[in-house]
Amino acid sequence: MLKDQDRIFQNLYNDKGSDVTSSQERGDWENTKEITEKGRDWIINEIKESQLRGRGGAGFPTGLKWSFAPKEVGSRPHYLVINGDESEPGTCKDRDILRFEPHKLIEGCLIASYAVQAHVCYIYIRGEYFVDGQKLQAAIDEAYEKKLLGKNAAGTGWDLDIYIHYGAGAYICGEETALLESIEGKKGQPRLKPPFPALIGLYGCPTIINNVETIAVVPTILRRGGKWFASLGREKNTGTKIFCISGNVNTPCNVEEEMNIPLKELIEVHAGGVIGGWDNLQAVIPGGSSMPLIPKEKCETLTMDFNSLMAEKSGLGTAGIVVINKDQDIIKCMARIARFYKHESCGQCTPCREGSGWMWRMLERMAKGDATKDEVDMLSDVTNQIAGHTICAFGEGSSWPVQGLLRHFKKEIEKRNNLDPIVQKKNNIPYLVDQHLLDKKNV
Amino acid sequence: MSLRRPAKDQPESFEFNASSLEAAKAIVAKYPEGKQQSAVMALLYIAQKQNNNWIPLAAMKYIAKFLDMPYIKVYEVATFYTMYNLAPVGKYFVQVCTTTPCMIRGANQLVEACKEQISENECELSNDKSCSWMEVECLGACVNAPMMQINDDYYEDLDKQKTLDILDKILNGETPKPGSYRGRVNNEPENNRKTLMDLKNA
Repeated sequence: MLKDQDRIFQNLYNDKGSDVTSSQERGDWENTKEITEKGRDWIINEIKESQLRGRGGAGFPTGLKWSFAPKEVGSRPHYLVINGDESEPGTCKDRDILRFEPHKLIEGCLIASYAVQAHVCYIYIRGEYFVDGQKLQAAIDEAYEKKLLGKNAAGTGWDLDIYIHYGAGAYICGEETALLESIEGKKGQPRLKPPFPALIGLYGCPTIINNVETIAVVPTILRRGGKWFASLGREKNTGTKIFCISGNVNTPCNVEEEMNIPLKELIEVHAGGVIGGWDNLQAVIPGGSSMPLIPKEKCETLTMDFNSLMAEKSGLGTAGIVVINKDQDIIKCMARIARFYKHESCGQCTPCREGSGWMWRMLERMAKGDATKDEVDMLSDVTNQIAGHTICAFGEGSSWPVQGLLRHFKKEIEKRNNLDPIVQKKNNIPYLVDQHLLDKKNV
Repeated sequence: MSLRRPAKDQPESFEFNASSLEAAKAIVAKYPEGKQQSAVMALLYIAQKQNNNWIPLAAMKYIAKFLDMPYIKVYEVATFYTMYNLAPVGKYFVQVCTTTPCMIRGANQLVEACKEQISENECELSNDKSCSWMEVECLGACVNAPMMQINDDYYEDLDKQKTLDILDKILNGETPKPGSYRGRVNNEPENNRKTLMDLKNA
């Protein structure tokens, strides 16, 4: 288990209060000025050396992302945008940072804004987190009062204003370009890339977008050194991460742990074990609902980091772990996730808008045992026609969980859905089937 | 995509009151000059708060004028985002999360409680018109599942009886205390905490 002094979020459970004074006691805002005096290149290099990867799901190296910002500010100002539109089922880590460690985030914003030369920073928070957003706003007001923000913020000589922008219940706005559209006051529909936001982003200006957790760990990394962060976890998967363990466990919780920690340790030690014992485990969704599930056999030895989960054809995503035990109907669980994606598709690309509904309706029928044998392969075909054929990664996100189900629980589906072809049974299934086949004369 | 329809009965006109107007002006000032369209989401939210939890078409027209943008663009935004209520939902709007992490911890019991206490169907006002409920997608409090949101507040770690008690209170016009209903502190593992114990005991 990670040593307590190596935990970045000391106030994860709000033992000490989130106001500026108690945050300063924990070391926030201690030597912000000295850090910025070392210069932009030093900051970016140190982040590169720490091998910090974005905590929002895709795992893009943060130092590299920052280095994409233009070196000189031209006619267009630079912006920093923080993505706090946490809506991935199974994930609730950013909420705790917003309400209990807001000053880590604000200080991180200042350092990151300095590094990418932004004078304005927007923090996008999902609308449902209104109360938590108010807590962050209170912390921002405090920071202005103590001259940690505004003109010459924290004595660094850098001017920075931070504004909160609330979302309004659209999962897709967690996608970075949809988020920019949303801040611009439009529907949250993703943009084509390229051009990438680092060059043409918010209002057409260079914009760097990072997750809340990524930015909140930056000050601690710079204070303790990139080498310290890189010493935790393993190569390319360094540092600590907040894991959210939910579902059928005895004590669901958020906990900050080292990368590459065994999944079994997370579940058994922190989450108090699976309800009904380890043998009652059926499957685990390792990184928020978009990531394919992992069956029990593999959970024994699995370690939690980007690369080891990729090797299992899944992913770390946001590290929201959903534990599903044998009391649950796995097909129903996935049908519910498919319904989530059907509800949240933005409707811009046809394969996703239509396909997400198909997947949901097919899975609902499969959960009831109303599908035919052929439909199992048809479902697999539908997922392949969505993934990779859409503007943003939502297509992959919605089809991967279904593919994961088909990969590991195909037998279960086939056992339940043993119907013969529709023509013989004369079942009236109004879609996915050519209607003329139902007409007896044509058979 | 979700189905969104404006209400049939619409008020004739809408205007911000003094406090809404002040809040709206403060929000427009957050964005660069000429980019006042960015404020549309926040302004719709203010309109919703002012107008008893829902947004009439007249408010969209008012906001379009206020921000000097086409009405259809405001309409697009209001119908795209699901947190804008386009029809009356009552003073207390109950949203029950039923996505998988909540579902496998018994969110259907919360739905049952809502059906018994508020109304048989989703998005249907209760008898006294003060309250309605609906199933929503992940609210981002998965380790506190099952949970629901009433207006701005989260009610976590629920079961059927606790939900019935909470609904009883709101139907009597009280505002129950938000947070965990199993007495746990925030997101810590209940009676099983193994980290940061020095801070807890200090």
